[in-house]
Amino acid sequence: MELLMGNEAIALGALKAGVQVVSGYPGTPSTEVLETIAKRNPGEVYVEWSVNEKAALEVSAGAAYSGARTMVTMKQVGLNVASDPLMCVNYIGVKGGMVVLVCDDPGPISSQTEQDTRHFAKYAKIPVFDPVNPVEAFEMIQTAFDYSEKYNTPVIFRSTTRVSHACASIEVGELPTLTKPEGFIKDKRWVIFPRLSYQNKIKLEARESVLSKDFSELKYNQVTGAGKLGIACGGVSYTYIKEELNKANEDYKLFKVATPFPFPEELALNFLKGLEKVLVFEELDPVIEDALIYLCGKYNIQVEIIGKRNGKVPNAGELSTVIAADCISELFGKDYRIQTDAFNDQPSTPMRPPVLCAGCPHRASFYAVKQAMKGKEAVFCGDIGCYTLGNAAPLDMVDTCLCMGAGITVAQGIGRAQDTTTNFAFIGDSTFFASGITGIVNAVYNKSNEVIIILDNSTTAMTGHQPHPGIGKTVMGEIAPVVSIKKIVEAIGVNYLKEVNPLNLKEAVDTVKEAASVEGVRVIIFKSPCIAVTKKREKLTVRQEKCTGCKKCIKELGCPALSIKDGKIKVDASLCTGCGLCSQVCPFGALNKEAN
Amino acid sequence: MTNVILCGVGGQGTVLASRIIAAAAMAKGEFVQTAETIGMAQRGGCVVSHVRIGKDAETSLVPMGSADVIIAFEPSEAVRNLPYLKNDGILITSDRAIQPVTVSLSGNSYDSDKMLQYLKKKVSRCYVIDTEKIIEECGSIKPLNVALVGALAKSNVIDLTTEDVENILKEKVKPAFLEMNKKAVRIGGEAL
Repeated sequence: MELLMGNEAIALGALKAGVQVVSGYPGTPSTEVLETIAKRNPGEVYVEWSVNEKAALEVSAGAAYSGARTMVTMKQVGLNVASDPLMCVNYIGVKGGMVVLVCDDPGPISSQTEQDTRHFAKYAKIPVFDPVNPVEAFEMIQTAFDYSEKYNTPVIFRSTTRVSHACASIEVGELPTLTKPEGFIKDKRWVIFPRLSYQNKIKLEARESVLSKDFSELKYNQVTGAGKLGIACGGVSYTYIKEELNKANEDYKLFKVATPFPFPEELALNFLKGLEKVLVFEELDPVIEDALIYLCGKYNIQVEIIGKRNGKVPNAGELSTVIAADCISELFGKDYRIQTDAFNDQPSTPMRPPVLCAGCPHRASFYAVKQAMKGKEAVFCGDIGCYTLGNAAPLDMVDTCLCMGAGITVAQGIGRAQDTTTNFAFIGDSTFFASGITGIVNAVYNKSNEVIIILDNSTTAMTGHQPHPGIGKTVMGEIAPVVSIKKIVEAIGVNYLKEVNPLNLKEAVDTVKEAASVEGVRVIIFKSPCIAVTKKREKLTVRQEKCTGCKKCIKELGCPALSIKDGKIKVDASLCTGCGLCSQVCPFGALNKEAN
Repeated sequence: MTNVILCGVGGQGTVLASRIIAAAAMAKGEFVQTAETIGMAQRGGCVVSHVRIGKDAETSLVPMGSADVIIAFEPSEAVRNLPYLKNDGILITSDRAIQPVTVSLSGNSYDSDKMLQYLKKKVSRCYVIDTEKIIEECGSIKPLNVALVGALAKSNVIDLTTEDVENILKEKVKPAFLEMNKKAVRIGGEAL
């Protein structure tokens, strides 16, 4: 037995199923799946961090065409990027089993949206599996590969944060010996053409009812209990409701839905039989709820359904045992609510929003741009990564943030609508490779006017330091060619290109001032490694006699290593990395390196 | 079934502490589930780890009002997460405040004594770890996580001994840091 995180369980389940090619792009809460494959690789499995989710899914499809079992991993918004190949490979089908692992993020906790991948499965007309916990995920992913091959279709395996980041004791056992895949066999079936799509669409539609029947027999879809009241749920919500139902002494039927699409209709009808009232308890969108409402209409079944559609279950944010207890109180007409008011008299606790780490070079980059543009009209378009945290006070340097790579192009759009501001776009190195390059090509081709700041910290920091094309190594630990950001930008035809260390404050500010004073597409690469991948420098100390307590360092930088004690600045030695930015901001020379 | 909540600020090492508790229980043949905060909140935000020991736990998240013990790495986080504690549950907390940037920006600091007073008033079995002693004897605040687990081992709330903790540390900590961590286990135990 070992304690496995849901994502580790999914990875090891895939290895048990004999997965041979795994590709993906990092994104919380999905990242650890691919990392675990790389870590626990018995030797024969090919693993790559692709440049983005679209590339990853296409690599996966190609290998699956050739008979290999493949898995492609991403977070929910990554599926938007990969939707182009997904919405075609569903028509084409696969030979080797292909699992598209997508993690949704109810809350959202670390994402832009609360989108529900179960809809995507329905939209793409491919099966989706939805495990309730890591133990089930470990087994169910193996079943997902079998179904993919049984029906020659890619399948989606949908997890959520609380499944992916929960851990449980799991027995993994022996991993199988892999056999060489059959290889790519030339056939017209691999070439998507309107005629073929028409024929395959007919098959896709016919397959839905066959799969629905098949899924009614699937062991993970279950109807248990008896009575006139019913509860339908899926994913982690099932565990919340079970926890609370165990405390209540009631009769009920419980419908656990492991395959929200195709919906197991026969099993659902069996569940609905004899029920008067049904609670549907699921996170994100009312997918199970709508499927039940549809069945009630189709078969003229009279049953009251309580859920998101009538406002009884929240339609935004995570569910919990507290909400589960509220909902079963509503269903049974008895008070099973969890009392949480014993500590209502607590003193107010300080807000603790996430911030850029102490010593983060992004702080220096944002500060340099802020100083350079003081008193001038400017718009700052942000992007997805640690540097989204540049939005917080006191930096307040993110005016827009949309999706991966959007900062560069949103800044162009703002420039088309107003010509009074200097428009900046900030983008990280990994995001640059994922989807920033096309935006720069667009800027040069269409003669845009913007300053693009590439924050190159030599890693994919937010998701836990994955390598990317600019690093020179792969997730398999191999040395790789370094794809140069600078050379790409030059090749696109950007004439104004500077590379500066943002921790040299004066040089950084001067460079931004100069860039802002000229026209056209200007690119500044602020290059300084993430503090997590670099050695610590000498920490700073406060010269008590020089510190006047003006708090300029705190008020302008907002570094978490700086706080106030007895009217003077205090440096938290456990956090300070010695980046030296504050010593360049202090007007009194009170912040110095320890060695001085 | 035993429920443990560990709460603190991103970067304090709550995950390692929850892994030690989980590993010790698993070594005794128990079924363990945990849940952790990973992602954006790790950057100096509030983090909570849940540990549930026993087959009868349905979900990996400890329900409100059912934690046998809360291990708090920071006094205001202890207050924030107190609703998880069951009626006769115990609290083990650090006395050292971590000032959020938002508070420092306003030119203030939040009053951690007020938090500790409240905790002592509300929880009859509230144990406070002497963090100054950790810094003094271990040379850094880093092993606070291990000290808190050391205190838990002394509390007899769960089936975990100081020896169990030391055995697991041997697997999880680099040999060079083992002695320092053992010291932290001892200092933590002294809080009880």
